[in-house]
Amino acid sequence: MEDRRNTQVMNRAALTKRVVGKLTKQEAVIGGIGNSNWDLWAAGHRAENYYMLGSMGLAAPIAMGVAIAQPERRVFALEGDGSLLMQLGCLSTIAAQAPKNLIVIIWDNGIYQITGGQGTPAAKAGTDLVAIAHASGIASAHWAADEAEFDALIDRALTTDGPHVIGARIDNEPGKTQTDRDPIRFRETFMRGMAARV
Amino acid sequence: MSSAAESAPSWHGIVRQALKDNNVRLVTYVPDNVLRPLIDGCHADPFFTTFPAAREEEAIGIVAGATMAGMRGIVLMQTSGFATLPNVLASLVVASQIPVLMLVSERGTLGEFNPGQAIVCRTMRPILDSMGIEHHTMSRLDEAAFIASRTMRQAFATRWPACLILSPLLTGGR
Repeated sequence: MEDRRNTQVMNRAALTKRVVGKLTKQEAVIGGIGNSNWDLWAAGHRAENYYMLGSMGLAAPIAMGVAIAQPERRVFALEGDGSLLMQLGCLSTIAAQAPKNLIVIIWDNGIYQITGGQGTPAAKAGTDLVAIAHASGIASAHWAADEAEFDALIDRALTTDGPHVIGARIDNEPGKTQTDRDPIRFRETFMRGMAARV
Repeated sequence: MSSAAESAPSWHGIVRQALKDNNVRLVTYVPDNVLRPLIDGCHADPFFTTFPAAREEEAIGIVAGATMAGMRGIVLMQTSGFATLPNVLASLVVASQIPVLMLVSERGTLGEFNPGQAIVCRTMRPILDSMGIEHHTMSRLDEAAFIASRTMRQAFATRWPACLILSPLLTGGR
């Protein structure tokens, strides 16, 4: 397993576009609160995207619920490091149920970017979130060393059984656009997207 | 089915049947002693996908995701676990109008020995009322099936979360 310290610092918006560009089978994508969401929004709207407006830390659990309900569809959670830090227990729940079609991507810049860029306790302590995922029982948990490896890990997640966790160290660039704030429309659109057969 | 003991109605048998009647297949929980027969019954029945979550808000997230993807679900918890939920209920479930079901085993009343639980218990109904979440307290066996099934039916018909509260009057408490 890669060490976080040996990974390149990448850009969340660019990586989000790379992920979305690889989706050809109506895969579901749950965008975590804030910048994870906004970069997903900016990558182009899909009916299979769900944009979380609150409930910090729940992108992975929501994605897990979708994955359990629809085992034939691959489901991504895009979650920030600070958000995941709020809900580390979900990694054990995911490992215990082991949904094969679930992929959790962790965007790690070590800060609470949206509230003013304060450092997370994990960053100060050198906590390795991918190592925690691995220690929680998720065997396929890897840092992406660079963009090429990120692409390769996404390709692997799209073609092999998970659950998969992919960590990417990212810079501090904020999202360029923001989502609408229309949760009922998001839910209705996403439900229609999920009602369509894979 | 042969003995009277097996066929006698129980609150947990009634809740399990109401879940089936409303096609609620996903059961997530954070354990509670009173809920044990319901949790055991759901685990034993292949109709249900049943598993524990590490925390109640995580279970709400899982059920919210599953519900949006076409699989109805419920979160089973204790009163103190419910008290951790206002943010996720307000910002995810109510804001998005996702019909997530909750069933809370009520502690902190009718003979509670732990002052902490007694105070937490007083927060539960005001939290539900403040968000307009329909809740019904099940306290009698003869009303249990009606309350459970109708509450679930309305939640899905109106796309709104709902909460069933299991009174110690029904369950005997812990």
